[in-house]
Amino acid sequence: MGGLVLLSLVLVTISFREDGSGPLASVQNGAAAVLRPFQVAADRVAEPFRDAYGWSNSLLDARSDAARLEKENELLRQQVAERQLALRENVTLRKLLAYRNGPRFPEGYAGLAAAVISRPAGAYAQAIVIAAGREDGVRTDDPVVTQDGLVGKVSRVSSRTSRVTLLTDDASAASALDVETQAFGIVRSGDGARAPLRLDRVPKEARVAIDDTIVTSGWSSPRLSSLYPRGIRIGRVTSVGRTDTDLYTQVQVTPFADLSSLEAVLVLIPVDRKDLAR
Amino acid sequence: MSAALRIAPLVFVAAIVQVTVLGGARVLWAEPDLLLVTIVCVALAAGSIPGAAAGFAGGLLVDVMTLGTLGTTSIVLTLAGYWAGRYGETTGRGRRYAAPLAAFAISIFAGLGAVALHFLLGEPVAARDALVTAVPSAILAAVLALGVSRITGLILEPPRGLERPRQVELV
Repeated sequence: MGGLVLLSLVLVTISFREDGSGPLASVQNGAAAVLRPFQVAADRVAEPFRDAYGWSNSLLDARSDAARLEKENELLRQQVAERQLALRENVTLRKLLAYRNGPRFPEGYAGLAAAVISRPAGAYAQAIVIAAGREDGVRTDDPVVTQDGLVGKVSRVSSRTSRVTLLTDDASAASALDVETQAFGIVRSGDGARAPLRLDRVPKEARVAIDDTIVTSGWSSPRLSSLYPRGIRIGRVTSVGRTDTDLYTQVQVTPFADLSSLEAVLVLIPVDRKDLAR
Repeated sequence: MSAALRIAPLVFVAAIVQVTVLGGARVLWAEPDLLLVTIVCVALAAGSIPGAAAGFAGGLLVDVMTLGTLGTTSIVLTLAGYWAGRYGETTGRGRRYAAPLAAFAISIFAGLGAVALHFLLGEPVAARDALVTAVPSAILAAVLALGVSRITGLILEPPRGLERPRQVELV
């Protein structure tokens, strides 16, 4: 055994010193050439097995890759959806901001922007929940609008959220007037999806035409004032009907604000109350 | 047939397979070393001197075929064959799990020895790689030894019927 170890050490020394060019290297090259056919034969025999092993390995890799990519894809889809939502929210909030800073915004009010965090679960629940509450200065009966028009009023307030009853709810009503003819009436919920609102109590002699714009009339007396300030856009007249038996003109109105897909709204908070809160 | 003639093809085939098929292969962080396992099993069955000789020859074949520095693999396998042979002649004799145990232990020492030898020769070696693969390779060697020891046992141990008594006792 000692002799073999010694021989190995001698071989190592000579081979290391020769560095590929010398008698031992020549012998090694010759021996390698002799052994080459065996190596080639073994390689050919092993090739199908190696291929099979590589194939099964790649299959396993492909499976794990597929699972990883699926997760990645899901994550990216979620990110895209979140970004699209953020983009849409950004557009909505910009519109609200433009409205709040524009000439149409009612005087004497401050606009508090709030995101809609919950929508009605059924057709009969004409209400939304917004992410602003008592701590933000919201009180019951505060009007709620968007840049397009009137939405409704706050019907219930908690510390951080509020419930807003939409104009299309049966319990809602707002005194309104026709901008073109100054005809007065009360806007209430309509008969269905084709005409979500109606302008009620319009005398027969008053003139109301299709495509007229209806806005809140807003009134105030020394002791009382209407819930909604004057001049907030409500909707457009879509049909006008009169019959001999009816006491009032039948006026159907389509709201300007899309009440079915609200994302953010403005709560109108009277400036004097805001000053008091400070 | 002499033991050397039966060992030689075994070592030769193992060296060829090691270089051409298993060289550079990895199975779950383990690098299979069929030649080392074959040397260990041959040494356990045939003894320390045949084991050392088989290790030397097998290592030399690998060094020749890979055109590496001659003697580096053979010195490691010579020592591995001798140690396995001594173990088989002493404490490992007749033990059922001698082959996997010896393969496991020698695989670790042989791996570390090879790294040390290449380091001494100034060749670039990554000790981290050797350490990471040492234990999985040793486990794989132990598993391989279970099969290889049966094959070497069948080849190296002569059929019982052919064994001839070398001495007789007169009663």
